[in-house]
Amino acid sequence: MSAPTLLLLILGLALIGWLAARTRAAAFATRPGQRSPALPGHHATFVALCTLAPALLFVALWTTISPALVTDRVLASPAAAQLPPSGFERASILSEARSLSDHGLGAAFHPLAARLAPAYDEAQGHYDALAAGIALLLAFGSGAAAWLRVRPGLRARRHVERGVMALLLAASLIAILTTAGIFLSLVLESWRFFQLVPVGDFLTGTHWSPQVIDPADPGGTLGAVPLFWGTFFIGAVIATAVAVPLGLMSAIYLTQYAAPRTRRWVKPVIEVLAGVPTVVYGYFAALTVAPAVRQLGVAIGIESASSESALAAGLVMGMMIIPFVSSIADDSLAAVPAGMRDGSLAVGATLSETVTRVIVPAALPGVVGGILLAVSRAIGETMIVVMAASGIATLTLNPFAPATTVTKQIVDLLTGEAEFDSAKTLAAFALGLTLFLITLLLNIIALGVVKRYREAYE
Amino acid sequence: MTLPNRSKIEAKGVSVFYGDNQAIRDVSLNIDQDRVTAFIGPSGCGKSTFLRTLNRMNDTIAGARVEGEIRLDGDDIYASGMDVVELRARVGMVFQKPNPFPKSIYENVAYGARIHGLARSREALDAVVEQALTRAGLWNEVKDRLKDSGTALSGGQQQRLCIARAIAVDPEVILMDEPCSALDPIATARIEELIHELRGRYAIAIVTHNMQQAARVSQVTAFFHMGQLVEHGDTAQLFTSPREERTKDYITGRYG
Repeated sequence: MSAPTLLLLILGLALIGWLAARTRAAAFATRPGQRSPALPGHHATFVALCTLAPALLFVALWTTISPALVTDRVLASPAAAQLPPSGFERASILSEARSLSDHGLGAAFHPLAARLAPAYDEAQGHYDALAAGIALLLAFGSGAAAWLRVRPGLRARRHVERGVMALLLAASLIAILTTAGIFLSLVLESWRFFQLVPVGDFLTGTHWSPQVIDPADPGGTLGAVPLFWGTFFIGAVIATAVAVPLGLMSAIYLTQYAAPRTRRWVKPVIEVLAGVPTVVYGYFAALTVAPAVRQLGVAIGIESASSESALAAGLVMGMMIIPFVSSIADDSLAAVPAGMRDGSLAVGATLSETVTRVIVPAALPGVVGGILLAVSRAIGETMIVVMAASGIATLTLNPFAPATTVTKQIVDLLTGEAEFDSAKTLAAFALGLTLFLITLLLNIIALGVVKRYREAYE
Repeated sequence: MTLPNRSKIEAKGVSVFYGDNQAIRDVSLNIDQDRVTAFIGPSGCGKSTFLRTLNRMNDTIAGARVEGEIRLDGDDIYASGMDVVELRARVGMVFQKPNPFPKSIYENVAYGARIHGLARSREALDAVVEQALTRAGLWNEVKDRLKDSGTALSGGQQQRLCIARAIAVDPEVILMDEPCSALDPIATARIEELIHELRGRYAIAIVTHNMQQAARVSQVTAFFHMGQLVEHGDTAQLFTSPREERTKDYITGRYG
């Protein structure tokens, strides 16, 4: 039985339960003027929920464990005896056989896969039928039990309310669980990497060239320091040097100087910058800014100025994060009580003296929080550096020299043609994990700073 | 009228508009050098608006417009040649809600003096701070903790700190906009005492909606209603025998 049919059947059972419960509840409908703990509709919804929930939960669980059960059954079939005992080929034959069976294709790349496909068909059919039976039985049993409980004293309204709460809770948990799952998979893959390459070599090594890995000493060419330096240099130094002054000054202008009418149209326009797809910033960096930066470098006498310089990527990344800085700085500056501004103006300070000596210092924690959030955004940014930064890892302070970043290297490592369990490919996960931890830490600090600041003026 | 009355500020035919809305109509009133002038009246009568025209704090409100003439020692403060920054240094202001800066007590008081370059040396600045805090009656309470944050003081102390901050730039006039409305009775009494001590050194105008306070601290009282100056004159006389019916209704508690 196919999945859509099964779902339709379960829904049908729920509908029947709904109607049956409604009829039963309507029969004992209270006399006019008497309050009842639940209306017929509540009883009906209660029974429908009781029908749906256990069956759907079962189906969800089943889909996670059934592939393993199916494979076990296939391996027990006679055709499976000819499979190679282990390794890459065995896995590829099995996966081909599975897709042959799923899509009903005739031609197979590997003859053994073609012979295994019927076994897959059989196993899949067997477990599908079993699952459908159990699911329908669960739906019917639990729905019937609920229907039997429909009595005048049943607090169906409260049970339905709990059901709604459980549904909402599940929705919010899915986002959290997904994040946890991403983190877990990163940790697992990184663990495999760190069995090949010592943690110390990876975190402190200064030589990065994953194209030439010495099998005897893979850590020798997988030192991530130049990548983290490049990330820090482009994202935290150059981009911040662009974004902080521009973002802060535009926020000061908009909150303190601009007429309300100007503010009404300038603020949304700046915020639109945040909606520009980063790949568009990437073109801009690679096609417009990078050549200009190279020419500038040559013009001031740096003959080696690269067309994939740290400066070009950093400048454009800085433009990208201006809205983050200016929007949070704007909120923080606007939250400084008007009395402080008046107090300063009233002793004869000019507006710019008031801004630099009173308003910005008072808003500073919020502004710093905004900067940290923007930096965290910048160092996780990928598209701009993929298009504009270099693939060569260097440890340099020269902004005209090529530089690479962690995100750029992850893309390069994973888009090449390499086996999935080599040190080179696994390095991408270790880089991802480290980057994830760094941005997580930055976000926690930033949110903490912003929160503490908000409390100060409430 | 026994004292020789030297007018510090003379306002003639002042009207204030917020956009199309007229908040003040044709008010003419003088603030004397040696007497405290109280502005009383029900909420929204324009008394605070009028006070804010005297050091042009209304300039900070978008859409506010002032007509008429206000002279400080004979100079029109709305003339194009008038420097607002200098005007506000001469006419200080204390607000309804204490608004110390989130800086140390010392820095709060030194703020204006630094901006106007009143002290050449650290010692001179220390002296300015001590004098202002002494005049504001706060020195003995804070002299051992000048480095503490101004916002950590009690409400009454914060308001006296704000008075000290205004005094430190050596103004000629101090405007007070309901300075006690956020304070408890004891802190209020302390501020009223302070106003008595400051009288004579500075011309003082105070907005209050507390009629007893007006009677206690002022020598001249001006009664505002619906954006108009209904009557003004000697405080004792205004409270005992008001000339206008509306004044009488207000001070006897008929409305407001």
